[in-house]
Parts: sequence; C-alpha cells; structure tokens
Amino acid sequence: MKNVFLVVEQNIQLTHDFYKLVLRGDCAGNMAGMFVNIKLDGFSLRRPFGIADSDDHTITLLYKVVGGATKYMTSLMAGAIIDVLTCLGNGFDLNQGRKPLLIGGGTGIAPLYKLAKQLNEKKPDIILGFRSARDVCLTDEFSQFGKLHITTDDGSLGIKGTVVSYLISKKLDYDYYYACGPIVMLQALTKLTQNGEVSLEARFGCGFGACMGCSIKTVTGYKRVCKEGPVFSAGEVIFSE
Amino acid sequence: MNRLEAELLGRKLKNPIIPASGTFGFGYEFSEYYDINILGSIALKGTTLMPRYGNPLPRIAECPAGMINAIGLQNPGAEQVISTELTKLKKVYNEPVIINIGGHSFNDYIETSKMFNDVDSIWAVELNISCPNVTGGGMAFGTDPKTIKKLTECVKKVLKKPLIVKLSPNVTCIQDMAIAAEEGGADCISLINTLVGMRIDLKTRKPIISVKSGGYSGPGVFPVAIRMIYETSRCVKIPVIGMGGITNAREVLEAMYAGASAVMIGTQNLVDPFACKKIIEDLPMVLDEFSIENISSVIRRNANA
Ligand SMILES: Cc1cc2nc3c(=O)[nH]c(=O)nc-3n(C[C@H](O)[C@H](O)[C@H](O)COP(=O)(O)OP(=O)(O)OC[C@H]3O[C@@H](n4cnc5c(N)ncnc54)[C@H](O)[C@@H]3O)c2cc1C
Ligand SMILES: Cc1cc2nc3c(=O)[nH]c(=O)nc-3n(C[C@H](O)[C@H](O)[C@H](O)COP(=O)(O)O)c2cc1C
Ligand code: FES
Repeated sequence: MKNVFLVVEQNIQLTHDFYKLVLRGDCAGNMAGMFVNIKLDGFSLRRPFGIADSDDHTITLLYKVVGGATKYMTSLMAGAIIDVLTCLGNGFDLNQGRKPLLIGGGTGIAPLYKLAKQLNEKKPDIILGFRSARDVCLTDEFSQFGKLHITTDDGSLGIKGTVVSYLISKKLDYDYYYACGPIVMLQALTKLTQNGEVSLEARFGCGFGACMGCSIKTVTGYKRVCKEGPVFSAGEVIFSE
Repeated sequence: MNRLEAELLGRKLKNPIIPASGTFGFGYEFSEYYDINILGSIALKGTTLMPRYGNPLPRIAECPAGMINAIGLQNPGAEQVISTELTKLKKVYNEPVIINIGGHSFNDYIETSKMFNDVDSIWAVELNISCPNVTGGGMAFGTDPKTIKKLTECVKKVLKKPLIVKLSPNVTCIQDMAIAAEEGGADCISLINTLVGMRIDLKTRKPIISVKSGGYSGPGVFPVAIRMIYETSRCVKIPVIGMGGITNAREVLEAMYAGASAVMIGTQNLVDPFACKKIIEDLPMVLDEFSIENISSVIRRNANA
C-alpha cells in the first residue's frame, strides 16, 4: 500500500452513467486486479475502485455513478488533487492458462481492461455483459486485445442474455478464466466451472486489512476481500445463499 | 526530555496515543506503513475464548460523520492470538500491549482473561462489556451497574494484570456504570465504545447491515465522548482512557482536558492508516500553541479538580 496524492488529468463521460478518470503522480506498482481507495471531500469512508489501467505515472479508473461519492467524482476537474491509497490487494495471476477467457459484467469490466492489455499476446476471448445498449462502451479498446463478445440483458446489442448464459450456449476455447462482476454473476459462473479466478467486491471499512469489515468464507478459512483478495481462485470462495 | 511522555497505571508511555481495539488489527500489519514503536501502546482486536467468524456481510455502513460496524468480534480465538498473532507483533513492536477481551458469559471473560496472565507481551486487559450477555437474557453486560460490578469483581479475582473496563455509551447514566466498575475493582476505565446505530438502503428499503444494527463511531460521536469522559473522570478516582471520534491532535488535547489520562484512536485509523503517526507528530505543535510544556501537565490528578 502507498498513500499518494494524485492529480486529476482527465475525467470523461463514456455512457449515461459510466466515466473514465485518469490520475497522474506516483503510480508505480499497481498490477492488474489491484485496487485504489480514494478519499473524497465530504465522505467519511474512502471509496474503492479497480485499476483499469496504469503505468508508473498514471492510473485510469472506470466508475459508474451509483450514489453520493461517485456523483461527486463526476465534478472533479483536471488539476484537482486527491488523496489515494494505491497498490491495494492482490492482483490477477497472469501466468495461468494458455488460452485465457475474460468475463466482465457491469462495472466489473474495469479491472479486466489492464488484464486484457497484458494478456494480449495470448489472444484471449473477452465476454462483456451489459444491461442494455446504452451501457455498452470501450468495445474498440477491448477488441484490440482479443476476441470480443458482447451480451446485453435486453438484447438491444450483441447477444441477449447474461455472460454466463452466453458461456453455456457457446463452446469457447479457453483453459482458464478471469472474471469480475456482480456477485450473482460470479456465483453462477463458479457453479458452472471453477477453472479460473474471480474478483470480488464488499463494503469496506478500511480497504487495507485493519477492520475485518470484508471477511468472506473460503475453503481455506476466512479471508479479507481487501487484503487476501479482491482476486480469489474460483473454487475457493464459499458464496452465501 | 520527551514532552509527550504520559503515565498510565504505573506504566510509562512514550505518548498518550493508543490505537483503539478493532481498528488496528493485531498491530503488526501497520508496521508495513510506519514504525509502530512510536505509539504509546496498542489495544488489540477484540479476542474471545473460541475463534469467531462474526457476522455475515455487509458489516459496514457509512454515515455522514463516521461509520457503523457489525464485525461481530471476528477473531481467531485466544489460543491462536497468543501463539500466532502476538508472536508476529513481538517481531515489530518492542513493548507489551493491551489485550481487548469480549465474551457472552461471565465464564467467557474469566477464562479468556486468565489465559493472558502469563503472557509477557500483554501488560493490561481491557474488557469489552458491550457484548450481549447470552446467559443473562441477551442484554449487554455494560448496561447494568450490578452486572458490571460483578463481572469486574470476577475477572479481577483471577487476573494478575491491570484491568481496564471499557464502557458502553448506550446507557442513561454513564456515571453509574463507571462507579460500578470502580467498585468492582477496575484499575482503569476506557470509553466510549460505539453507539448503537442503523442505516437503511433506499434501494432495498432494508437495513444495510446484515444484522440490522451495529456500532456507530467516528467524528460524529466526538461530542458524546467528550461529555462522557468529562462526567466519568469526575466521579471515579481511577484513570480514564478517552476515545470516540478523535481525528487530530487538537481533539486529543480536548479529550485530555475533559479528563482522559490517555486516548485511543479508532475509526480514523481506517480512513487514514497514518492517523496515529500524524497525531503524534502534530501534538508538540498543539502544545506550543497553547503554551503547554509537557502533556503530562494536562492530565487530571484527582476526581474533584
Ligand atoms: C475492490 C473493489 C473494486 C471496485 N471497483 C470499481 C470500479 O472499478 N468501478 C466502479 O464503478 N465501482 C467499483 N467498485 C464499487 C464502488 O466502490 C462503489 O460503487 C462506490 O463505493 C459507491 O460509492 P457511492 O458513494 O457513489 O455510493 P453509495 O451507495 O452512496 O455508497 C455508500 C457506501 O456503500 C459502499 N458501496 C456502495 N456500493 C458498493 C459496491 N458495489 N461495492 C463496495 N462498496 C459499495 C460505498 O463505498 C460507501 O461506503 C469497487 C468496489 C470494490 C470493493
Ligand atoms: C471496525 C471496528 C471494530 C471494533 N472492534 C472493537 C472490539 O473488538 N472491541 C472493542 O472493545 N471495541 C471495538 N470497537 C470500538 C472502538 O474501539 C472504539 O471504542 C469506538 O470505535 C469509538 O472510537 P472511534 O470513534 O475513534 O472509532 C470497534 C470499532 C470499529 C470501528
Ligand atoms: S475493509 Fe477493513 S479489513 Fe477489509
């Protein structure tokens, strides 16, 4: 973990409720699957966001407006300085599989961006699921890194259904998956197949392991989503009903 | 001469700043962030006789000036705390620390306390009496003076170390609770634990926390804490450790003027992992601002002053 002050470089709207925020400063050490926890004026607790992209000097976040803090984030102007804890959690294991499959649902597409970029050479299949056509974004960007499959719940774009129903109907050639998305999606996916890893979310108190606010049950005991996670091997997580 | 030196229960502390139980884990993980040897002492995560997973998620709900938690005393149990957690802490922290004990029956508290009698790396025991008394109808131990007095007596009888009784603010008259702890033989009082609170999710129309309510802490409880520190420190002779919503060095001073001999920092550690370090570094400046030479001069010497 590092506590750094980053400067807002870019904050652009991608869809009706999805934004891209680029931050500049000391950004070294942020791996795909790790997350940042940002302090925003007027909000008691920090807000966690997956690393969508990063290099030594920038971090890109993709965020959806869902409540007060994410609404406030849309007003951040270039030049604004924010207090960020970076390099949090454990990222994806890039050395698994010869033919990877990336599965993202909703905001879960965020951490898959950097991952897809890094797995580019393995030509991964990438399934991204959205609610509706108006939520679909970043398709050109993801297409550069692998073969992109789009699903929407209402069928207004791509294939109608969920990423999991798509996976069941299509025989994709893959030997390891990386998934991030809503808990119901991950639960359905891990029931189907456990040959991969999943990135989880939880309501965090601290985001760096101090409060036990985010402990989940796993087959090897209790683990903190923020510290031992957010990425877990798919067979490890015990989802509560 | 160390201007921040404080004394608590006959023990010299580098300063009166102690991370509060439940917000600092078992301490050692914070040594990745800074040298935790600068701390006055450390209160460890609430420990119970047997391991506990705690409550289902969500356990956390944000509030305008703080947070609600319902961790449910997740901990690996006293045995493993002694064999594993304290061993890890010892490698990065040179002084003994305060163990915080939770329980759901008299027997839980007594047996757990006993286990720390011969553990060198523990110098004091803090009893978290905000837990529900399962054998006594589920009401928290800390809301009934008779129960507090009896529990304190029972633990004191078996304990060879200083006993700190941590009071719950969820009572009508905090003085009665403080007096009961003192009469039971407590060496010190700490307060406040969290205030019972609840938040509702507007989308689901249900409480955010899985077990509905939880403990409210953070800047919003600070005035409540100050009032309770003030009232208790004036009705008992034993020292009072103050906590509740403290975020900076000026608030430390305020808690000490209210009557605290030392302070604990809780929720702020979760928002800012460097909170205690910053407060310790800022304290000399605040002392200068109010022309205070040594922080020990701020500490109340008797209950009537
Ligand atoms: C490890 C991790 C990575 C994440 N990555 C992303 C990302 O890349 N893009 C993105 O859009 N969102 C991401 N989220 C979710 C994001 O943190 C929440 O949407 C955000 O905190 C909501 O804040 P708010 O004030 O707008 O909403 P509110 O609902 O008003 O927030 C109230 C409280 O609930 C918490 N909360 C609300 N929704 C969530 C949620 N889904 N997960 C965790 N806590 C929540 C907030 O942190 C806050 O403490 C991630 C969450 C986690 C745990
Ligand atoms: C996440 C969390 C966990 C806590 N766990 C414990 C605990 O195990 N035992 C205990 O006595 N108090 C516990 N507390 C209470 C704190 O030690 C402290 O009394 C309270 O939070 C008020 O201080 P603050 O406002 O500075 O946080 C916990 C508080 C929080 C926020
Ligand atoms: S959020 Fe505090 S331990 Fe994970």
